[in-house]
Amino acid sequence: MYEFEFETPATVADAVAALQGDEAQALGGGQTLLPTMKQRLASPSRLVSLSGIAEMSGVSADAGTVSIGGATTHGAVAAGAGAYPALADLAGHIGDPAVRNRGTIGGSLANNDPSADYPAAALASGATIVTNAREIAADDFFDGMFGTALNEGEIITRVNFPVPEAANYQKFLQPASRFALVGVFVARTSDGVRVAVTGASETGVHRWSEAEAALSANFSASALEGLAVDADGMISDLHGSGAYRAHLVAVLTKRAVMAAG
Amino acid sequence: MPKDHGIGASPKRREDIRFLTGNGNYTDDMNIAGQAYIHFLRSDVAHGTINGIDTAAAAAMPGVVKIFTSVDFEGVGGVPCGWEITDRQGNAMQEPKHPILAEGKVRYVGEMIAAVIAETADLARDAAEAIDLDITDLPAVVNMRAALVDGSPKVHDDLTSNLCYDWGFVEENRDAVDAAIKGAAHVTTLELVNNRLIANPMEPRVCIGDYDRSSGDSTLFTTSQNPHVVRLLMGAFVLGIPEHKLRVVSPDVGGGFGTKIFHYAEEAFSTFAAKVCNRAVKWTSSRSEAFMSDAHGRDHVTKIELALDGDNNFVAVRTDTHANMGAYLSTFAPAVPTWLHGTLMAGNYKTPLIYVNVKAVFTNTVPVDAYRGAGRPEATFQLERVIDKAAIELGVDPIALRRQNFVTEFPYATPVAVEYDTGDYNATMDKLEQMADFAGFEARRAESEKNGKLRGLGVNTYIEACGIAPSNLVGQLGARAGLYESATVRVNATGGLVVMTGSHSHGQGHETSFPQVIAEMIGIDESMIEIVHGDTAKVPMGMGTYGSRSLAVGGSAMVRATEKIINKAKKIAAHLMEASDADIELKDGTFSVAGTDKSVAWGDVTLAAYVPHNYPLEDIEPGLEETAFYDPANFTYPAGAYACEVEVDKETGQVTIERMMAADDFGNIVNPMIVDGQVHGGLAQGIGQALLEGCIYDDDGQLLSASFMDYAMPRADDLPNFEVDHSCQTPCTHNPLGVKGCGEAGAIGSPPSVVNAVVNALRSGGADVTHVDMPLSPSRVWEAMQS
Repeated sequence: MYEFEFETPATVADAVAALQGDEAQALGGGQTLLPTMKQRLASPSRLVSLSGIAEMSGVSADAGTVSIGGATTHGAVAAGAGAYPALADLAGHIGDPAVRNRGTIGGSLANNDPSADYPAAALASGATIVTNAREIAADDFFDGMFGTALNEGEIITRVNFPVPEAANYQKFLQPASRFALVGVFVARTSDGVRVAVTGASETGVHRWSEAEAALSANFSASALEGLAVDADGMISDLHGSGAYRAHLVAVLTKRAVMAAG
Repeated sequence: MPKDHGIGASPKRREDIRFLTGNGNYTDDMNIAGQAYIHFLRSDVAHGTINGIDTAAAAAMPGVVKIFTSVDFEGVGGVPCGWEITDRQGNAMQEPKHPILAEGKVRYVGEMIAAVIAETADLARDAAEAIDLDITDLPAVVNMRAALVDGSPKVHDDLTSNLCYDWGFVEENRDAVDAAIKGAAHVTTLELVNNRLIANPMEPRVCIGDYDRSSGDSTLFTTSQNPHVVRLLMGAFVLGIPEHKLRVVSPDVGGGFGTKIFHYAEEAFSTFAAKVCNRAVKWTSSRSEAFMSDAHGRDHVTKIELALDGDNNFVAVRTDTHANMGAYLSTFAPAVPTWLHGTLMAGNYKTPLIYVNVKAVFTNTVPVDAYRGAGRPEATFQLERVIDKAAIELGVDPIALRRQNFVTEFPYATPVAVEYDTGDYNATMDKLEQMADFAGFEARRAESEKNGKLRGLGVNTYIEACGIAPSNLVGQLGARAGLYESATVRVNATGGLVVMTGSHSHGQGHETSFPQVIAEMIGIDESMIEIVHGDTAKVPMGMGTYGSRSLAVGGSAMVRATEKIINKAKKIAAHLMEASDADIELKDGTFSVAGTDKSVAWGDVTLAAYVPHNYPLEDIEPGLEETAFYDPANFTYPAGAYACEVEVDKETGQVTIERMMAADDFGNIVNPMIVDGQVHGGLAQGIGQALLEGCIYDDDGQLLSASFMDYAMPRADDLPNFEVDHSCQTPCTHNPLGVKGCGEAGAIGSPPSVVNAVVNALRSGGADVTHVDMPLSPSRVWEAMQS
């Protein structure tokens, strides 16, 4: 790790101000950034910690929406998002207890790791990502592996999840990291069904439109029969081929539908 | 009523109090006044020519003390190899120089090129980044078969090829084995990979070199399983420091699993640099460094053929193995695929003809050496897999096929040069059948089927050779070291004992189990006995801990020294009681004269030995301290039978281990709780190899599984509740305790049963599968199911 300045703003406005200037970097829970810095693969000159900003922390629910502050830890979401059980369950299975006690939803979404869990939840739920500057629909937010619509210095202050009628997240673990080798989040709303896939594609989190159409017409496992995912464009690595990941997408989607009921 | 002390009792481990309360004294916990810190600049390419190393800018960085490159080591020896193999033609193996810092070329990702000494670890790392390397990449060779093709890139330009040796065993049997296989009623052939592993002990390696200007003595604190071996190899062959001017200390060590046996270049560097810099220097490996610098394990590719006669008797075994040595020969690397592997190819079976061929190959990868089991897991895996395949091909019960071919009469001389002294393989299989409820398996399988799972049952036996010995034999086989063990037993005036043992404990629990033996012999409480190990300044020359040898060899030395103590103490007691030596009995810590009510306590005798006012000074010397060196007459041969039940998710290929059972024969047992723990740990590592762990390089020699993000270590929830038993006991006939060793059994015995179980499960689902290579990851199993 190289030397850096450390800022601990108490308000979003102060945080935004502190992020001006070259090589400043927002710090959520640090579960990705700090190991990267320890390996000297990242060297921000200034870290701006978001964890002391009261307005960015906590979970609230009303009128069919669960609203989560950007600096809320996975553990707090697991404990506090009972109004959206599939989301709370997802949060409760990210990493291990140490990760869940530090890692934050804003940090995870901003990083958009292609194997992370939250992007699938946000995309399937049709969540709204609220920043210091604007509101971004999840469909417009994710932009390939590690890419997002965020501008330099823009902070995710809040994420609003419309609570679906039924939802479930199925994660198949990569044996070493226990990130999602493939994860599928299925959400059924009055407007239809959304299916978001993480871990599988070289383009990062994405929706499986054929499955959405089939499930919107008939929300049952049988509706998925005969549907297959193309292995082209799927990640292929030492933990599984593209064909295996494509196969898992179909299996996990079916299981998520069955579990969502 | 179980015993509460002595041999056979299970007292809690006394060392755990300090380990579990954060009071252990590991090498990284030690700091020496004025110490500087080392950062090694390691190669990020697998193969390249070093055109230049410009350290000028780095040397000017803040806090830099000195920067070393290979030019600083002219006149210093390379890291030696401790075992020389003779090939089929009678020639010595090819043995390249293994420099401390890379000379002229780099040969694997992770090889040390330069070292920075600075005031802090961070300053050293900063400066290392400022070193300007000029390296021309060369094509790397990673695959062993490709490495042996003419025209392949050569890892070492001064060798004739990448072949370290081509070993045949027993070479005289070759033609007879070939003929037997040609004429056999049935031959089962299996090609398999014994996957490359990274040990990953919880504590990474650490070295502190220190130099005392006033005495001229060098001290190395290091995370070693055998500090005397490090002192001998480093002092005599690398740095030229006589042993009386060199002390090696290995304090608490947080796990070794083999990878801390070897003498590493970092150790020689630290010792050398401390003298040059005239101050202590410390290196603490990062986890990332550990992945690319700790010796790796296994990495064999094998074709095995098992020939059977018309009655399904095994008539011959022939194997052809390529064994990866990595870029250089680590300390015991050449012995692992040969003497620790070929000699075990008879397994538990009376196969009359065996021929083992091993080609050891240099590649642009981290050196490979012993890892828990070392050669014996590779032997067991291929033999127990090919037997299962033969059972499938012949349509016979795999357990019956094994039983039919078991060795049943002992001693048994195998056709691969070793003689099993005792064993009862039917007894451990009988015990396993009781534990495993094979009769209920079909009902369990039906239950799994209801849940969409395939259930499989796998069984295997194993035998291992532990306490490798005797020294004169292993010397003939190429060992450059002896394989005895030492112990000094020092009795203090007030009756307490200190045992200085050459065995090293890094998780084995010697501080608890060794006192149990002496407590039993003398009849005193374990709390009166202290175990000292891991310091060449305190302990007589010993050979350290590996190969499940501590109790069988080190414990035997301790018994011999204690016997000398008791004999002398009896003479003192006889004098005190004015009786004849021959009439003295020792029981429960009291000496008595047979047939009388005369007695003296242990403490009276020990006090007399050091305050010899009333003492037979004309017959014996004062004091009560004895040393013994024990050189075993033979290996010991632990053996057992293991069973595994798995479920396989038909849709994903995910394997879960539902049951894992181990019936072992370890001979006599000193502490059953510690033995349980050893088997549990071994099973965890064996299951790790079978299901999870795989060290993967790409074709350019880059390590893909370079962190825990990609190298899957077994976690507690990957493992079932183990069922272990060691009530079958055929004591070793040639050591005084009748013990055989238990440290590696679980890692040796479990991989085949796991793979046998998965193959069994897949076949039950209709897949025509006879083998899947480890690790049996979900994707591999799924792919096998698609066949």
